[in-house]
Amino acid sequence: MQTALFIEQILNGLQLGVMLFLMAAGLTLIFGVMGLINLAHGSLYMVGAFACAAVAGATGSFWLGLAASLAAAAAAGALVEILVIRRLYERDHLDQVLATFALILIFSEGTRWLFGSFPLYLDIPPLLQGTVPIPGGSRYQLYRLAIIGVGVAVAVGLFLLISRTRLGMRIRAGESDREMIGALGVDIRTLYTVVFALGAALAGLAGAMVGALQSVQVGMGEPVLILAFVVIVIGGIGSIKGALVGALLVGLTDTMGRILLPQLFGVFMDPSRAGLVGGAVASMLIYIVMAIILAVRPQGLFAAKG
Amino acid sequence: MTISRETAINLVLALLLLAVPFIAMQLGKPFYVTLATRMAILGLAAIGLNIALGLGGLVSFGHAAFFGIGGYAAGILASHAFSGQPLDFGLFAVPGSKLMPVIWAAAILAGGLLAAAIGSISLRTSGVYFIMITLAFAQMTYYFAISWPAYGGEDGLSITIRSTFPGVNTLVPQNYFLICYALLVVGLVLFALLRDSRFGAALQASRQNEVRVASVGIAPFRIKLVAFVISGMITALAGALYADLNRFVSPSMLSWHMSGEFIVLIILGGVGRLCGPLAGAMLFVMFEYILGGLTERWQFFLGLLLLGVVLFARGGLIGLLAGRARHG
Repeated sequence: MQTALFIEQILNGLQLGVMLFLMAAGLTLIFGVMGLINLAHGSLYMVGAFACAAVAGATGSFWLGLAASLAAAAAAGALVEILVIRRLYERDHLDQVLATFALILIFSEGTRWLFGSFPLYLDIPPLLQGTVPIPGGSRYQLYRLAIIGVGVAVAVGLFLLISRTRLGMRIRAGESDREMIGALGVDIRTLYTVVFALGAALAGLAGAMVGALQSVQVGMGEPVLILAFVVIVIGGIGSIKGALVGALLVGLTDTMGRILLPQLFGVFMDPSRAGLVGGAVASMLIYIVMAIILAVRPQGLFAAKG
Repeated sequence: MTISRETAINLVLALLLLAVPFIAMQLGKPFYVTLATRMAILGLAAIGLNIALGLGGLVSFGHAAFFGIGGYAAGILASHAFSGQPLDFGLFAVPGSKLMPVIWAAAILAGGLLAAAIGSISLRTSGVYFIMITLAFAQMTYYFAISWPAYGGEDGLSITIRSTFPGVNTLVPQNYFLICYALLVVGLVLFALLRDSRFGAALQASRQNEVRVASVGIAPFRIKLVAFVISGMITALAGALYADLNRFVSPSMLSWHMSGEFIVLIILGGVGRLCGPLAGAMLFVMFEYILGGLTERWQFFLGLLLLGVVLFARGGLIGLLAGRARHG
């Protein structure tokens, strides 16, 4: 295969990977600290995208939109935590699944109410329009490179936040022993709200950035949410490092599989049949990878707890 | 003989559903027959899930996979029967069929095989992992159905004419309702037998304390896998009935909203209760119909209602009417 196409696909895979990381990091943090499975995380992604598109459309500035997406998603996250999620920490997973499923219905239908059924569109900001040359003689969208850059920056930032700051210390303490840090006088309710809002803001950021590549519509968060679940199942629930490795693995596997598998099947089939079978297998590839990893390590690659 | 309050409520619910089509025909509203059939079919699908979820504590968020594969079994067999071409499996070929019993057997077989495959991997984990993995595998079947164009791909597959049952005219809505209702009753009886059997005792014990079950010499993994497979088979049968009701099967039957709906049905009715799924299905279909007629935004209110049930009314409808589940 041509080098240029190959590099382009790797970059696409990385871009999908870092975006999944933004989603998965929030999910895994919320599970690690509060022990909560949050299906409504995809709705926060959608809230971020809609906030960005609405504000960018009204003011003409993508950057204001981006700030709005962070603020709106964090605010929605904090509100939901205080009103609903807070009552679920002591409940079993079934109740959590159901309540957050209900939240999805409310968020999706509510957004449709506010913005109508038609998708919104968000333009790439002028600063990041255009392409840059990549090895092999081809060119690559600058905006997608910027997404990769933001993803890496967030990963480093999260790492520093968790390992170097006071908040990070409390988060780690909350993961290992909830009762103890409460007994030591840390206001655990506020800590939970902050962690939830942080996860929500990351999801909102992902939604806003992807919103400029795709159309902004109701239900856009759900496929991403399920991919993020695959990511944290592979990485080990509760582990940020696992989320990063899992996200890149899923992003690259999915993107490369769609290109390589039809060619691979083409070796021993006629091209049209190979495209068919290869395409069908490629659409299932990440789940197959997940199944194989789980067969070897049922707790994921970097299980946080025993 | 004294009848407990729950048994009385179960009987009332079952008779109520049976009465709906006859009342509907009296009132001249044949559309209600379809609603009642939907209630019976969704109830049956949720009975399947209730075996895994209610008895075994296995929160499967992927039962749409079994529902959908049952639907596709019906759709594919019917389409081959229509075209006259046998269904080619490579090593052997099977002719298509329009006979319901054949289609049901195929759906149950397909659902069982898929449940065995998904279960043998997912059951190695538990808790949140199990929820997410079953969801992911169901999503895998969904994407497969979309990307495989032979049976309609994204557009789905129409069933030209409803399948037949020896001696019954299935095109009459009341007759088809009675067939579905009969299978619903079979499902309920099966659930009750299973719950009160030695196997059911072991299954419920493994939900409560796996280590103890293992220490008396019962392997919890095998018990749970068998329960998961039976559960998948029943839901697949319901899927075949659903496809025949709508005369259409599409990837939306495999979508994760469907899986969520099944859990919702069980919670609305009451987890682990014999008639919980049926009560939930009746409530849900009624709610969907009434609210859907009032407002386009009915899902918003469904969300609010669900949230209310989860936060404040645990035990569902049966729990509300019959009190807490009693053991012994």
